[in-house]
Order: sequence, then C-alpha cells, then structure tokens
Amino acid sequence: MMAAIILVCSVVFLLQFFVSYCRSLIAASIKHPLSAEVQDVTGIKSAATGDDFARVVQLLHLCPDRPEDRSGIQAIGAYFGLLGFVRSSVARLIPSLLAWTETERGQCTYFAAVTLERRIAFSRDMFAQQLET
Amino acid sequence: MPGPFACLIWFVCMLCEAAVVVCALKKRAFRRYLLLNLYMGGAVLSELGRFKILSEYGFNSRQYQYFYFYSDAVLTIFLYFALIALYSHVFSEMKAERYVKMGALLLLGGTAAFTGAVVLQSSAKLVTHFVVDLSQNLYFVGLVLTYVLWGAILKLRETRTRLIQLVLSLGVYFSLFAANYAIRNLYPPLSSVFVPLIQVFGLFLPLAWAYAFWRLPEEARLVPARLAVIPR
Repeated sequence: MMAAIILVCSVVFLLQFFVSYCRSLIAASIKHPLSAEVQDVTGIKSAATGDDFARVVQLLHLCPDRPEDRSGIQAIGAYFGLLGFVRSSVARLIPSLLAWTETERGQCTYFAAVTLERRIAFSRDMFAQQLET
Repeated sequence: MPGPFACLIWFVCMLCEAAVVVCALKKRAFRRYLLLNLYMGGAVLSELGRFKILSEYGFNSRQYQYFYFYSDAVLTIFLYFALIALYSHVFSEMKAERYVKMGALLLLGGTAAFTGAVVLQSSAKLVTHFVVDLSQNLYFVGLVLTYVLWGAILKLRETRTRLIQLVLSLGVYFSLFAANYAIRNLYPPLSSVFVPLIQVFGLFLPLAWAYAFWRLPEEARLVPARLAVIPR
C-alpha cells in the first residue's frame, strides 16, 4: 500500500518536474535570436512549428556533438514525444490543450534550432583553431 | 564484471560527475554551490572506490555489496544536504537559513528513526537493512522536500534561472529514483529490469547540473510562473 502511494506520488511529481524543467530549458533559449544562416538551413523564417522538429534534430546530428548540450536536447526530445502523445490522445477532446501542445512543440523546435546554431559556431571555432595550429 | 554497456554508462556517469565540478570551477560557481559540488566530488570518489573493489573482489562479492550500499547511503545523505543548501539559496533573503538547517536535521533524524523502527520489526541484518532502507526513504523525503521548494520558488517568484534548473533537475532525479524503488518493492520480479535502469537514471543529474553551470550565467533570469504546469 505504502509503495503504491509512493509510486503514484513519484510519477505525478516526475511529470510536473520534467515538464517544468523542459520549459525552463526552452525559456532560457527562446530569447536567443536565430542567425539568418540557421534560418535558411532549418527553414524557420517566422515561427517554428512542431512539424520541423524531426528535420532540425536530423541536422543537429550532422554536427559534432557537444557533451554539455546532450542532456538538454535529449530532455527536449522526450518532452516533444510526451507532447505528441498528449496531442494525439487527450488534446483531441480539449481544443485549448491542442493549441497549447502546438505552441510547445514549436518552442521545442526553436530550442533545437538554437542548439544547432551553437553547434555550428562550436564547429567553426574548432576548425579555426585547427587552421591556426 | 558488469557487461560492456553497464561499464560504459558507469564510465560516462563518472565523467559527467567530474564535469559538474569542472564546469562549476570554470564558471566560478564552486563556492556558491559548495554542497552540490561536494556531492558530485564525493560521487566521483565513490565510483572510483567501487571500481577498485569490483576489480579486486568481483561483482558478487560481499565486499562490493557492502561498499555499494554504504557509499550509496552516505551519498544520499550528502544529496539531502545539497537540497537543503538549495533551500538556503531560495530563503536567503528571508534570513531563515538557521530554521531551514534545524528543520532539515530534525527531518533527517525522524527519517532515520522511522527507518530504524521499521527495520527492527522485520530484519535480522539490522545495520545493512537500515542503510539500504534509509537510502530509499531519503529519496522519497528528498522528493517531497524538492516539491515544497518548487512551490516556494513559484510563490516567492524566484527568477534565478540556474537555481531553478538545479532544483527542477534534482526533482526529476529524486522522482525517478523514488518511482524505481517503489516499483521494485511492489513487483519484485521486475527488479531485473529496474535495477540496471538506476545507472541510466544516474546520468541525468550530472548532465543537467553540468549544463546549468556551463550554459547559464548566474545573472540569467526567467519568470518561474510560466514554467508551472498549472499557470499561476
């Protein structure tokens, strides 16, 4: 009985913490403006949509990995999956929830695009350092 | 010896824990978040100790089992104090640090007494069971305390991004471990699946903290009310 209560509490708290954590990651990157180059590469001109997420993540995997970005992008990937699940299940019954999931999915894409920009800048720096040596 | 995947995760986890301390030192946040960094430093030392004992005595040896559970209990207590240090950060302006520390010690004593009372009724190997159960109970107490701290952050409109991310990632970590222990107590046959998951879960906290120290400057701010699942 006690273990069941602990399990239920842990899962509920986990969801709350996880969603808030992912939103804090997104909020920290949302003020970062995308360069024209990354806008061209990702096709994000005005607002990012959830449909672009998979493509931006594919582009991310083409760039050299940065360990400090890994946890962020994995957490956002999981959050995007969770949003997809909510969108295709509960949100079908609640229109306001559907709009919210769409906005959140778009922000996940924007986060991935900002990470892509950082990785491109990191690769450039590495390349420049190699040229110097 | 554990399999190659388990060894890889173990090695990566140790690297990430060391990375937290390095990132904090580089960003000059080591002293500000001293207990968090001491916990991560302790975790690295504990992993090294585990590896040494594993290579000398083997995975199924009594020495390794004892060292694993005892070091885990000590680390959990360290993590508990790291959480209390985060409380002190949030309540620093209210000058309530003394009360927070006293309350934390009382709660730790209460958890230990509760665990001792439960173990006394049901076990012959008192100390070992006490250590294992104390660790599990502290994860749940830590989870509840983190949830209360998150509530306080929302209520007090705390805006420090780094602090918010440190608290939230700690909340995710505690919930993952508390849920894992609860499932294993409810369905013991599932232990073979959920015990190895502990290693994977263990990666989350060092990665998230390294990210918070490396990527977020201390002066970064955000509106915490926008992060709550239920808007305030």
